[in-house]
Amino acid sequence: MAATEPIVEMTDISIEFPGVKALQNVQLRLYPGEVHTLMGENGAGKSTLIKALTGVYKIDSGSIRVSGGPRQFSGTADAQSAGISTVYQEVNLCDNLTVGENVMLGNEIRGAFGINWKKTHEAAHEALVGLGLGDLDPRQPLSSISLALQQLVAISRAMVAKSKVLILDEPTSSLDANEVEGLFTVMRRLRDQGVAILFVSHFLDQVYAISDRLTVLRNGEFVGEHLTRDLGRSQLISLMIGKDFETLASLGSNRRRDARESGEQPFYSATDLGRKGSIDPVDIAVYPGEVVGLAGLLGSGRTELGRLMYGADRPDTGEVTIGGKSTEVHSPVAGLATKIAFSTENRRDEGIVGDLTVRENLILAVQARRGWARPLSKREQKELCDKYLVELNVRPSDPERPIKNLSGGNQQKVLLGRWLATKPELLILDEPTRGIDIGAKAEIQEAIATLAEDGMSVVFISSELEEVVRLSERIVVLKDHRKIGEIINGPDITADTIVDLIASDGAEAQGVEAFEPEPAALAAEGSTN
Amino acid sequence: MTSVIERPSAPQSPHTPSLASRLKPNLETLPTLAAIVIFVGMIIYGEIAYGRILQFSTLSNLFINNAYLIILAVGLTFVILTGGVDLSVGAIIAISSLVGVMLANAGWNPFVVIVLMILIGSAFGAASGILIQYFNVQPFIATLAMMFLARGLASMLSTTPERLADESPIRTLSTEIKVIDGPKINDLVTTPNVIIAAVVVIVAFYVLHKTRFGRTVYAIGGSEQSATLMGLPVVRTKLAIYIISGTLAGLAAVVYTSKLGIAQNITGVGWELDAIAAVIIGGTLLTGGAGFVLGSVIGALVLGLMNVLITRDGSIPPEATTIITGAILLVFVLLQRLVVSRKRKT
Amino acid sequence: MSNTSSGAASFLKTSVKQPYIWAIAALVLLLIINLIKDPTYLGISVNAVTGDLSGNLIDILRASAPIMMIAVGMTLVIATRGIDLSVGSVMAVSGAVSMEFMHDAGDGSLGSALMAIALALGISAFLGLINGVLVSIVGLQPFITTLIMMLAGRGLAKVITSGQNTSASNEFFRWIANGTVLGFPVVFLIGAVIVALVALLVRRSALGLMIESIGINPKAARMAGIRPVGLLIFVYILSAVLAGVAGIFSTASVMTVEVAKTGFSSEMDAILAVVIGGTSLAGGKFSLTGSVIGALLIATLDKTIVFLAIPSSATPAFKAIVIVAICLLQSQRVRALFSQRRARTSTPRKEAVSA
Repeated sequence: MAATEPIVEMTDISIEFPGVKALQNVQLRLYPGEVHTLMGENGAGKSTLIKALTGVYKIDSGSIRVSGGPRQFSGTADAQSAGISTVYQEVNLCDNLTVGENVMLGNEIRGAFGINWKKTHEAAHEALVGLGLGDLDPRQPLSSISLALQQLVAISRAMVAKSKVLILDEPTSSLDANEVEGLFTVMRRLRDQGVAILFVSHFLDQVYAISDRLTVLRNGEFVGEHLTRDLGRSQLISLMIGKDFETLASLGSNRRRDARESGEQPFYSATDLGRKGSIDPVDIAVYPGEVVGLAGLLGSGRTELGRLMYGADRPDTGEVTIGGKSTEVHSPVAGLATKIAFSTENRRDEGIVGDLTVRENLILAVQARRGWARPLSKREQKELCDKYLVELNVRPSDPERPIKNLSGGNQQKVLLGRWLATKPELLILDEPTRGIDIGAKAEIQEAIATLAEDGMSVVFISSELEEVVRLSERIVVLKDHRKIGEIINGPDITADTIVDLIASDGAEAQGVEAFEPEPAALAAEGSTN
Repeated sequence: MTSVIERPSAPQSPHTPSLASRLKPNLETLPTLAAIVIFVGMIIYGEIAYGRILQFSTLSNLFINNAYLIILAVGLTFVILTGGVDLSVGAIIAISSLVGVMLANAGWNPFVVIVLMILIGSAFGAASGILIQYFNVQPFIATLAMMFLARGLASMLSTTPERLADESPIRTLSTEIKVIDGPKINDLVTTPNVIIAAVVVIVAFYVLHKTRFGRTVYAIGGSEQSATLMGLPVVRTKLAIYIISGTLAGLAAVVYTSKLGIAQNITGVGWELDAIAAVIIGGTLLTGGAGFVLGSVIGALVLGLMNVLITRDGSIPPEATTIITGAILLVFVLLQRLVVSRKRKT
Repeated sequence: MSNTSSGAASFLKTSVKQPYIWAIAALVLLLIINLIKDPTYLGISVNAVTGDLSGNLIDILRASAPIMMIAVGMTLVIATRGIDLSVGSVMAVSGAVSMEFMHDAGDGSLGSALMAIALALGISAFLGLINGVLVSIVGLQPFITTLIMMLAGRGLAKVITSGQNTSASNEFFRWIANGTVLGFPVVFLIGAVIVALVALLVRRSALGLMIESIGINPKAARMAGIRPVGLLIFVYILSAVLAGVAGIFSTASVMTVEVAKTGFSSEMDAILAVVIGGTSLAGGKFSLTGSVIGALLIATLDKTIVFLAIPSSATPAFKAIVIVAICLLQSQRVRALFSQRRARTSTPRKEAVSA
């Protein structure tokens, strides 16, 4: 195959938001007929780069060339008309419309009397067949099919629009192994037809299974572009995390206590805790001073379990014993009353109260606990601010600043302070280090370790298996909304142990093995450069 | 390369739509079917309780008297389908009819007057649309402001009833046309106004189900963000629906004034609520995304019939009708909430 | 909100930064316009016999009392991201109940007056409770809930008086609106005291913080252990009770309730006062001071229009234009913030920085 020109070329892209350099001199080249993965930890700038390409964000400097000519798109629709389509994780389709309408709207077949529905649905059917979805009835409402199928419908829509570039933003987060394989089959087919696919993901195994080349970002900076087959896993991880890999690794070694003193009672114990549609009944116990990690792929039910324990969601089943007493935890109010605290993974939507000050955010849970009639005095508030803003090293430390003006990492620390101020005995942390720079990450991880040493129980939820292994004494493994096992941490336990456990569980044994990279096949494709 | 994806353990087999998914479209049409059932039920009840309901003259009058409400309800259907609301339609009728009557009496060409009345509605609708779409003002505030603006302007024009000249050609829109000559005065009659209303309904149905614009309206109601990301012309469409609502309010003013012959600044107080009630009763979700314009027609007829039954009954004071309308609207809104929350659970 | 450094200069600086500075400026402007027409406009005279103060400013204060009540109530409702379109109708219900009761009692006694007040406020509170329950427990949208209550409430008022504009005589009741204390109009004093009590309640307790939290981010507030149901029911009941007080003020001045006119379009005045005062319609942080100034501004606007011999039927149009202008300004602020963040999407609450 002759060497081809890149269909998309982004050079020296920089974007700055108030207080944050989201992208700094980032490069990206996409060639037709390849699957190109954009890699990086959370907060590395992957989403921002995509939005820069499609014109949702304006770039401060740098240039974008599409099919050889310079382009500045004005938004998703504009990019789409130029052949660049994006399918987001949340599948941005209208589920009150039919499958066919979602595929064809904007490209419907019209006759003398308006839209010809028969022909339009036939065209939709054709497009679906092209992706191997010939069994889907275009006339059924989109809401009646699974999320995985909806995603494929979104891809069909992109193909109807004759897209030359298909951007898939974290498409596999909510899919099970079969569905992921189905998606990959479709991706390979499209790639062979000459479409350039930009695949954004942080699942290492999937990246090695599907991509031809990858671009690595870290903290908004461009780290490198490589052929997948040229880059080993540990090299890739090092690129993504940076040279502080060793620093983080060293934190783990203290946490591997195994034996529990005999006769010690768990602080929190739940049997058959579950909620229809989010997690099947689970048994879980947490001892005082223990760090329990919840591990599993995205969509396995980790966050859901954490929320049930706190009462953020109402459990359908389960018996909970706290401090020896049988209790019901049905709401955050109840959770706080039983000395449990929960730090959400979605700090923007469920964590910070943006227009309020740092101080007001910090004292919020304590105040809620005391009730409306007993406001914290100015002195009490000052004491709390002084203690936690200093302890957690929040910068800038001015308590009267609106919290929305702080960086993500500092917001996370203020939120942590909010929960710590309630003096919980069980602290559940859901993705506490997500989207945070390395320095803040280490600070928070240290704080977690210290809290546990002081006697607080911690449940630590993270999608980064390495982090879970580093920090936890015991690891509860979840998969597809079920608990599949518990691992007691020790020197020979690694992230792979968890991965193997997930892979070998249940009937879907083919799960993980399918994601081994096939170097021979990749070489045979003759990918350029 | 394989051409069929095998899904041995996929939870939903794509081969045959499961029973649940086949029933689901009907869950959307259910509220409208319920409205039809209620309407028929009211007719039967009225016939049994008061008599002389199920006959040509009563049904004719039902359509003639409510033609304006049907037109308002159609306009409001477009708006509510996107999850918005238009509180200004009643006030638009006031100002439009006042301007129309005064100009007609001053000797202006009646066709020009009619067109002007309609355009006044369009202008208010456009103002609402611009506020909502370009300045991110919430629909109820923007249209509430337009309502006060229109009503204020109407009051500045005149606070006393203005009577349309008897010989004005505009009144011909309300001349009765006998369709079926029944015994004595029991005839099936219609008026050009009713025909106008019918045309509006047919055109609206066509637009909503056979044009990209109409499907975009539904898409916006489903998820405005998704519709934008799908590349649909969301901004233009949202602006257009408020213009449509205003224009139809202007048309309703023509229809109403031609029949009554009087325009006043207090005309139309509360009619926006009647229109919203008609749309909700007819099965359109207040939150948008689902509903049928034919349902809104049924809803308007249900309200009209309710008035007839109350008048026939005679024992309910006229002041209570607003409470009854409010209660009915509340019941339907609660039912919608129940249906939506149940749908979310499945 | 509070500044730590002392001194008149810094007080002035913080005052200028407050959102209601425009309202104060507009107020002053209106007074200047009136002064141009009549240089004695601001004059206050003292009645030699009764010691009562009178003059245009006094009239404005009197007229602002009912508006202040509904504006304060509306402020808290809007802060929770809600709206209360029924305040006008609740005013009518409250007036209808009191007039009917005193009319039937017929004895003009203090007891009747007090009973009338208690009944009126009680029924108002009940209507507010219905609103609150429908919004917080059943989960209906506030605008449709209070829109229905607006419709039903007006009908209820008509049913209570059987469609009549009931009058009653009761000197004690009348004193509320027409009486004076030390020459100063009682109605304004009562209004000011009520506003002060509400302000104390909301700012001295944690209620203000909690209300702002559920308005800014309801999910986060819930996760932090705040109970939204109680708060929402509280603000809707308070709004209705304050509307009930406004209804009493309104009807007491003429001792008649006009079931079609009392409180008609008052919800517009209330929303206008709140928005002028700087509280955003999107909910969150609120300013009671701002709303009070807004109420004064509206009373002044009403009086100015009459004073300048513009027909009063033009007033709603005027107010509509002002509301639109303020919404545009509030939106412009959002837009300016937008261009800083360089986001192009039209949904205002999208966070620019991705996780």
